[in-house]
Amino acid sequence: MTSAPLHPLAPLPVTVLERRQETADTVTLELDPSEAGAAPAAPGQFHMLWAFGVGEAPISVSHVSDGRQAHTIRAVGAVTRALCDVDTGAVVGVRGPYGAGWDLDRARDDHVIVVAGGIGLAPLRPVVLGALERARDLRSVTVVVGARTPDDLLYAEELEAWREAGATVSVTVDTAARGWTGDVGVVTGLLPGALRDPARTVGYVCGPEAMIRLAARELVHHGVPADQVRVSLERNMHCAIRLCGRCQFGPDFVCADGPVFDYATVADRLAIRGL
Amino acid sequence: MKDVRELLGEHDFFADMDPSHLDLMAGCGHNVTAPAGDLLIREGEPAGTFYALREGKVALEVNIPHRGPITIATVGPGEVLGVSWLFPPFHWQFDGHVVEPVHAVALDGVCLRGKCQADTGLGFDLMQRFAAVLAGRLHATRVQLVDLYGHETP
Repeated sequence: MTSAPLHPLAPLPVTVLERRQETADTVTLELDPSEAGAAPAAPGQFHMLWAFGVGEAPISVSHVSDGRQAHTIRAVGAVTRALCDVDTGAVVGVRGPYGAGWDLDRARDDHVIVVAGGIGLAPLRPVVLGALERARDLRSVTVVVGARTPDDLLYAEELEAWREAGATVSVTVDTAARGWTGDVGVVTGLLPGALRDPARTVGYVCGPEAMIRLAARELVHHGVPADQVRVSLERNMHCAIRLCGRCQFGPDFVCADGPVFDYATVADRLAIRGL
Repeated sequence: MKDVRELLGEHDFFADMDPSHLDLMAGCGHNVTAPAGDLLIREGEPAGTFYALREGKVALEVNIPHRGPITIATVGPGEVLGVSWLFPPFHWQFDGHVVEPVHAVALDGVCLRGKCQADTGLGFDLMQRFAAVLAGRLHATRVQLVDLYGHETP
């Protein structure tokens, strides 16, 4: 049975089909938004997820398959903590999907480089999976991941599967105890060695905004055209439908015109403090 | 088998170096290998060498009481390990723990410092290269200090 919301800000009740603990503070919830008549999100789009009685937060989709979709959530505030605490079978509220997606078709016969920092890997996961599905149409697929520590690394087992599927996957962490055999250092340090033919490369970047700025700048510095770098920005969103203005970013609203933008469009604005 | 001069000429750190300078450098170098688990450099010990890594990976570690060794950076192929040979008191500041088996050219610091003083062109070139490495590491350290991933919004 489906039902339509009476108000554009009213959430639809959706059952949590599965809950997976990814790291100590990060959880993935699988839902079927069609259960309540909501549309599935495209890669890069987000839903507003409600923890009833607590509030709502914009959460990007981290996987879409057969109508079922996943949201990977890091517990950093009251709402996200409440969402991370829900059990399989519980009901959360959903409204959306909202925003502009990654535009996976941007890459055609190009190298694809995905640069993710921290929880930023979650919205980029559909980009990686989509690129691997289209690997024959692409020159290569490279994934560069940065995390705080090895324990904070998202989808650790899946990274190996991406390697086996043909992607070049590099991982670096800010610090590690002995036993970690991967790289230690900032994610931008891996980019020069990861790029093959920068002029024929399409980049997808997501993470904390300072990391996005540094990574996108580094890609462009090494020859990737700025209009071939897509970045996903985060701002305090409330209505998600271009009404409240909380997420205004210069002439754009991140909720509706973004969250994914061409770096060429937003590079100057990213340098403006307080914007 | 390639000699030290050839290996240095192929190494990223020495890219576009004047051939005469490479000749001088090669006179201070020799090939080394180290298996995973070795300590290539040890905090507090005299720093008389730097390593131009050709293969493998070395973790720069700080030993912290009750926590053990913490890796603060890794160095891999095309990079150099060791800058303490350049500046007094010429002691290593960190441990260099081999994570993946290393093939490198080891360059004698005392020999190189002498050649840099005798040939200021070589000295200036080498200082520029090390300054770029140090600037890159300083920048990376500053970014790590910000703890980018520690305080993300929901």
